[in-house]
Amino acid sequence: MDQEMLAPLAGQVLSIKCAVGDAIEEDDEVVVIEALKMETPVFAPCDGTVKEIRVKEGDSVEEDDVLVILST
Amino acid sequence: MIDGLHSLLFQSGFLHMTLGMLVMWVIAFVLIYLAIAKEFEPLLLLPIGFGILLANLPLSDLMEPGQGLLWRFYHHGIQWEVIPPLIFLGLGALTDFRPMLANPRLIFLGAAAQGGVYVTFFVAHAAGMSLDQAASIGIIGGADGPTTIYLTSKLAPELLGSAAVAAYSYMALVPIIQPPIMKGLTTKAERVIRMKKGRKPSNLEVILFPLAATIVVVLLVPPAAALISMLMLGNLFREAKVVERLTKASQNELLNIVTIFLGLPVGATMNADTFLRPQAISIFLLGLVAFAVSTACGVLLAKGMNLVSKDKINPLIGAAGVSAVPMSARVVHKVGSEADKKNYLLMYAMGPNVAGVIGTVIAAGVFLTLLR
Repeated sequence: MDQEMLAPLAGQVLSIKCAVGDAIEEDDEVVVIEALKMETPVFAPCDGTVKEIRVKEGDSVEEDDVLVILST
Repeated sequence: MIDGLHSLLFQSGFLHMTLGMLVMWVIAFVLIYLAIAKEFEPLLLLPIGFGILLANLPLSDLMEPGQGLLWRFYHHGIQWEVIPPLIFLGLGALTDFRPMLANPRLIFLGAAAQGGVYVTFFVAHAAGMSLDQAASIGIIGGADGPTTIYLTSKLAPELLGSAAVAAYSYMALVPIIQPPIMKGLTTKAERVIRMKKGRKPSNLEVILFPLAATIVVVLLVPPAAALISMLMLGNLFREAKVVERLTKASQNELLNIVTIFLGLPVGATMNADTFLRPQAISIFLLGLVAFAVSTACGVLLAKGMNLVSKDKINPLIGAAGVSAVPMSARVVHKVGSEADKKNYLLMYAMGPNVAGVIGTVIAAGVFLTLLR
């Protein structure tokens, strides 16, 4: 089953800490978003494998945009 | 020849230095050091520190009424009330009120966090300050530099330097002062509360907001007009999206230019004779009380609202009701994520934070209404 990982807040994608095919555990830091000059790490909602990365570094994201799709 | 050397020596400043001036040099160097080495509100404390040094070099006419360079900056910029409203124009162009419009009930937190302003007003007056001075000290609790300078220059100009330095210092110390109060007043169960998503304000709403806020606030407290009107004009530039050049100029060039002319003369009002009094210490202490009480009032009102509301508010965001934007919102986010790292409070905290700016302006307007 696929699990979408959503942006918890609007901001800019500062870095992506995973690659397609990586095995990820719940609470791993997957993406870092910068908002209001503050780095906010986004953590994986569950264990899984990275199936698709929908954003790249420097992208602006809105709240609830899909960042990464995990297959669980 | 000897006579000539003699008079040159007497006309130099060296023989006119006093101990008080040396103490002020130390204060100036400490502020300059904090600004450069610790990046402690450097945009303000660097020019303020330099202004303090200049004001304590004897025999210069920099602050001489009617002729000195810094006096002119002070008189035409601050006494004429030009600079703080222009700062607000820039802040308005930088501020996104959407987080507040998304959760309108959070406005109350921005109002509650002015509690410290009023409490400290009474405390300072009871401690022997005049009403005008007490109001200028209380407003420090709003943690809003330009509003503090605006109000103090009108009510108690003799306190301007100390009140401004206190306000900017506490803004820089937000991450140290606020967390213990926030943690002390909340339980872990409250700190992990996740906020319900707000609605999405429409574009029409964000354009109407600055217009409506101007009308309501100016009708309610006319003396707040200079600050609130400029704040909202800047915001209207931003949200109208058709005057990008004006928005950019307000946010960048204009804001940067007036910032230079704000800090320098404020520092220059702090000469040894007016600053080195026990009063300066009480201003710093009372300012700290004001700021701490404001933080507590915001958190406590959020807890109170949870008693009657079924969508629970994370009470930490009440602390963001002071107007230190966005430092307080960041602190709320940090303290919240210590309790639950997947709780993202930043944008929710921006709601009370931007409401707090308006709240502090209204508090200043109330003082001006009552005392003038």
